[in-house]
Amino acid sequence: MGIEKSTIEVMPSVRQIPGTPVFITSIDKIFNWARASSIWPMTFGLACCAIEMMATGASHYDLDRFGIIFRASPRQADCLIVAGTVTKKMAPMIKRVYEQMPEPKYVIAMGSCACSGGIFRTYSTVQGVDEFLPVDIYLPGCPPRPEALIYALLKLQDKIKAESGKWGFWRK
Amino acid sequence: MGLSLVEVNSKQRGASSFDEPFYINMGPQHPSTHGVLRLFLELDGETIINCDPKIGYLHRGVEKLAETLNYNQTIVLSDRLDYIASCANNTAFCLAFEKLFGLQVPRRARILRTIVNEMARISSHLLWLATHALDIGAMTVFLYCFRDREWLLNIFEKICGARLTHSYVRVGGVRQDFTLEIIEDLYKFTEVFPERVLEYETLIDVNRIWLERTKNIAVVSAEEAISLGLTGPVLRGSGVPYDVRKFRPYDAYDEVEFEVPIGKNGDVYDRYRVRMEELRQSNKIIRQCLEKLSETEGEPVLPENAPDLLIPERVREPEPKPHPKKGFIFTGKEVPVVPPGEAFASIESPKGELAVYVVSDGTNKPWRLRIRTPSFVHISALPELAKGHMIADLIAIIGTLDVVLGDSDR
Amino acid sequence: MSDLFGELREKFRAQILRLEAGDPPVITLKREGFLEVVKFLKEQGYNHLIDLCGVDYLNFKPEKKEERFEVVYHLYSIERRELIRLKVPIPESDCWQYSLTPFWKTANWFERECYDMFGIKFKGHPDLRRILMPDDWVGYPLRKDYPLELDEEREWKVYKELKERARSS
Repeated sequence: MGIEKSTIEVMPSVRQIPGTPVFITSIDKIFNWARASSIWPMTFGLACCAIEMMATGASHYDLDRFGIIFRASPRQADCLIVAGTVTKKMAPMIKRVYEQMPEPKYVIAMGSCACSGGIFRTYSTVQGVDEFLPVDIYLPGCPPRPEALIYALLKLQDKIKAESGKWGFWRK
Repeated sequence: MGLSLVEVNSKQRGASSFDEPFYINMGPQHPSTHGVLRLFLELDGETIINCDPKIGYLHRGVEKLAETLNYNQTIVLSDRLDYIASCANNTAFCLAFEKLFGLQVPRRARILRTIVNEMARISSHLLWLATHALDIGAMTVFLYCFRDREWLLNIFEKICGARLTHSYVRVGGVRQDFTLEIIEDLYKFTEVFPERVLEYETLIDVNRIWLERTKNIAVVSAEEAISLGLTGPVLRGSGVPYDVRKFRPYDAYDEVEFEVPIGKNGDVYDRYRVRMEELRQSNKIIRQCLEKLSETEGEPVLPENAPDLLIPERVREPEPKPHPKKGFIFTGKEVPVVPPGEAFASIESPKGELAVYVVSDGTNKPWRLRIRTPSFVHISALPELAKGHMIADLIAIIGTLDVVLGDSDR
Repeated sequence: MSDLFGELREKFRAQILRLEAGDPPVITLKREGFLEVVKFLKEQGYNHLIDLCGVDYLNFKPEKKEERFEVVYHLYSIERRELIRLKVPIPESDCWQYSLTPFWKTANWFERECYDMFGIKFKGHPDLRRILMPDDWVGYPLRKDYPLELDEEREWKVYKELKERARSS
């Protein structure tokens, strides 16, 4: 193969043509890199966890340094953080917001309530948001600390980086 | 189902002027409704003719769930009602249960409760100021307030191990005593905090945008406010000095000195002033309580007859009874731990009056636990306040009522 | 407080079932003529309606209640700093109560909640609908014969459809 002889590997599966600012890599890598380093979650606070989500975005924990910026509209977001207890009355709204988000989209179930219903095993509570949404990351805790949310978002980045074929017209 | 986002009357399409009202839906996913509040608005241009708040999107059935749980277990539920000031909820629950059980709280525990209650008030008001200012358009205040709130949450974490859901107040007292480190931290906090309040005020107090957006918005007269059931800073903004801490003192509020700030005009700005003054008063109360802590050094924080964590259904009568012939005997009779009856307790939570009404049937679970939450009442007043204002002002009105949807929906 | 009791006894002998002194004093009233008593109390300065709630006494052990439901009111006088509790028993077969909305605007939502949770109707209420549960919810959750968790059959149908749609896709 000619490419391997005439180029230098600078990173795993990223090669540079010597002396030029030209890099050769797979399209998966490019897309995943772009997606993983600019996750825009939606501000979708439901209950207690929303306060911790706000604290994570505020001055002390500062999510902006990871390229994570909260968006208020589902049309501009690519990650839905379900932060808090999901009730049956709210479930159709969450589904609608999820459907409004453009592909590719990811879901983080933040807090015990969103993961499994938590302590609220009652007539009006959904026993885990995964009953009607595909969840990527489960984040337990009642409520989880801001550090835990940051960890969950970093895990989501890892997951995005490992994807392949999620681009073009044949994507899922 | 009525779930469509914007409902336009079909007659209006193509018409050159809107002589019929325009209906628009706001929420439940909206950044400035403070949670999952949904408002159904009837508009004339941008003026609100009518507003129908729809709540219940966070109704978890706490009152029903509490009927199946032990008295002490319900305290965990109380944390999740008003999750910004969970210590206040804990206190309201415990006060009602103590009245029911006939328990006396030791003095040190009462002082500790007062401290955590006032800390909760400060952290709640800080969050209120942060989000209220953010909604109106002042981003900087948000960052400043969260900086200081984080400090307070760290102290809370040292006290009980949790940042938001404390469960620190227990039936009969509090869970554990403060360590010296916490007391030192609190002294440091109370020293610095008044300066910080001044800092927030410098940011917005003379800001023209802030004044224009808050003055003469949502004016409520005193009689109107009482009829609407408003309590807390919202009522005091209208000039009624009703504060449960003064009117029916609980915990150690009868030992400390503080003032109840009241407003004059009853508009958004006055309520903002009342809350800012309350921040200072809370700071003063914490300071006084810290000094009282040294007087009660070494006293217990839970009384000896406080019920176990898991209250048993019945216990054998513990004390031997005098008997005419045999001296003393154990009767071995089984008695219920919780006497049947009912109790009512209300406190001044940061949002307003929080009342708990509990009915017991003699078992270890409450028969009925009713929670009267301030946010529920405040949202019910929203249509009255919003009438005749612009949509943009509605954001300021929601902010000034300081509602938490977990509190209102239960 | 004793003067108030005396006056109440004199004026509303027919409406009062029981008067209990205590902290707070409890007045048990008949449903008929309830509004007059409240009007009198409001004139006496009890101007703050703290709370209004329903209680379901189905199979209540410690004492035999005359009726299944009870609506409990907590009134407070801000000037006199006195709290008072009113109770009105409501029979199950004839499940309604007079509305307090003419006296207090805040009673509006309290009564809607009471209707939503117990199915007690309020006569004279301007806008009695469900508040916490969805409009097409079946049953009254806080009644004692309502289960804590719903099985598949009693599930709210909107949510059931949503779940089935998610499963099939």
